[in-house]
Amino acid sequence: MDLENQKRVKELAEAHGAENVVVVLGAAEGEASGIAAETVTAGDPTFAGPLTGVSLGLKVYHICEDEIKAEVDADIYDEQVGMMEMVLNLDEIATEMKSMRDQYTKY
Amino acid sequence: MNSVIKSVAYTLTHAPDLVIQAGTTQSTERIVNPDGEYLKALPGALRSFEDAVNYPPNQAYIGGMTPQQLAEIPMPWYENGAESDRFGKFGEIMPQEELYLLMQICDCFDLVLLEAEYSEKAAKLTESHPLFSAEIAARIKPGVELEVIKNEVESNGAEGLYHGGKLVGCVKKAHSIDVNLNAHVILENLVSKATSVISMLHLVKNSGIDPAVVDCVIDCSEEAVGDMNQRGGGNLAKASAEIAGLTGVTGYDLRAFCAAPVHAIITAAALVKSGTFKNVVVTGGGSTAKLGMNAKDHVKKGLPVLEDVLGGFAVLISENDGINPEILSEYVGWHTVGSGSSPQAVITALVTDPLDKMGLKITDIDKFSPEMHNPDVTKPAGAGDVPESNFKMIGALAVKRGEMERAQLPEFVKKHGMVGFAPTQGHIPSGIPYLGFGREDMLSGSITRAMFVGKGSLFLGRMTNLFDGASFVVEKNSGVGDTGSISEEQVRSLIAETLRDFAKSLGGE
Amino acid sequence: MAILANKKVIAIGDRDGVPGPAIEEVVKTAGGEVVFSSTECFV
Repeated sequence: MDLENQKRVKELAEAHGAENVVVVLGAAEGEASGIAAETVTAGDPTFAGPLTGVSLGLKVYHICEDEIKAEVDADIYDEQVGMMEMVLNLDEIATEMKSMRDQYTKY
Repeated sequence: MNSVIKSVAYTLTHAPDLVIQAGTTQSTERIVNPDGEYLKALPGALRSFEDAVNYPPNQAYIGGMTPQQLAEIPMPWYENGAESDRFGKFGEIMPQEELYLLMQICDCFDLVLLEAEYSEKAAKLTESHPLFSAEIAARIKPGVELEVIKNEVESNGAEGLYHGGKLVGCVKKAHSIDVNLNAHVILENLVSKATSVISMLHLVKNSGIDPAVVDCVIDCSEEAVGDMNQRGGGNLAKASAEIAGLTGVTGYDLRAFCAAPVHAIITAAALVKSGTFKNVVVTGGGSTAKLGMNAKDHVKKGLPVLEDVLGGFAVLISENDGINPEILSEYVGWHTVGSGSSPQAVITALVTDPLDKMGLKITDIDKFSPEMHNPDVTKPAGAGDVPESNFKMIGALAVKRGEMERAQLPEFVKKHGMVGFAPTQGHIPSGIPYLGFGREDMLSGSITRAMFVGKGSLFLGRMTNLFDGASFVVEKNSGVGDTGSISEEQVRSLIAETLRDFAKSLGGE
Repeated sequence: MAILANKKVIAIGDRDGVPGPAIEEVVKTAGGEVVFSSTECFV
């Protein structure tokens, strides 16, 4: 994850309390989703950014996951994200995301 | 009348030492993880010049093989290269020695120093190069002692130039205070200039055009040239044209992140169509910052560093000659401030809005050329197959519009798309890599029209959250040129015929 | 328990996936307050 984005995530988790923050990703495939999810939960696996060694344990989802779809307005989702369901490998993304959440999310 | 794609040139420049020296992934790592494993492993993962030449996607980029031929080679392509020529029909793959020499040739302020022995060896290499003319070679400066270079790097803020990890030269800073003229920036800009120059030299050769009749050059590469009073002041276009021998041109730089080449072609096509200019060159040199951008993932997975080449291209856009494919200037696509940034909104703005104006369906475009990033590079780095995603997005929109069934999506991707073969140099993959083969496919009649799509991530500059993009369609020539030679002749013969008939009828009475 | 309602949401989009502003539009409909939105670009 971009270093500046890591910095913002860290600051916002401190400001609002990690339990009140949810990260929603839009990554293009499974592995990238997993790395981003790992970054905001266990810490930056690439050892490059401000979240290196910082385990925020934030709640994290991909925008295309069923749990998110169940809560949002279906029409707006279709307008903003719908087409990408035909492009992205949703199963791969969901598997990666769930694995990271199960291991590292604290909230 | 529409302007035409008269000629195209593509070049790559192998720059393994610049991967370490100037790639931002590496410079970032030197700051955050100076003693990390990655920087230690990196030099051992760099490829030789021969490997870069033999790498199939590189061959496709310079015209050594078609995208169809590339698609037949099993991936990973870095494991399946075959001995190849550094010169292809569109251009070449240049070695690092020649790049450093060309940077010195492009340097007008005595900022590039090369060690004497290295400089001589590099100059020998270029003797057999068909495009290093006597005039260009005359700009090579005498080499210097290594001690002088060492001193510049250690004490005067110069950037070292390395070959095989050994110091062989340097780029000096051009100002003692101004950060926009420091050695790093000058290095970046000289590389961009040199790779643009070599691309334009190939374009002149490929097109056979008299350099004196080119009117305008638009540079659409990535860097900003200027000083502290005007950071992006510009004109790499004229600076490069000067070295390439295009003495009759005006020119300017056009920047729009990775969408710049498409914006530049649209601009050039309009300038020619309007009659302002007859021959416009769009050129783009390479980006050192993006060298090794995904190399951390490549090295971690035991791959060679695949992002070790700088990309370059040059396109000649001319008056309609009745032969070459036409750029349909009236039907360009563009992403507006109000378009929105959802993928659906972006593809609608770039692809279907212009098609609707033309009364065409998505499937009426034979080939789409969106961002042609080489998937061999992006897939192991977790960035997916970018061209394939783009073809899927375009196909998905066709499904949403009821122009085809969802089950036809994989077939659509295969038929209307192609494999990505461009280096991940930002502006380089953005639509343009297929212009060369696309032009040939239209000349041979194997396709009728293709759409070229460029996208730009404006939000990276932190001035807006907006996205950007533009597109244009190129179509097989309708057969009637600007010069009017065919039609004028026809008119003349018609008049002559009528006069003869008239004379006959008079004589007969 | 709802995931997004009354939470502070950070949207990290992807240029080649779903961009930040599109995520923003969607999560707002579930009562999430977007406190930061960004889009990454890997190429």
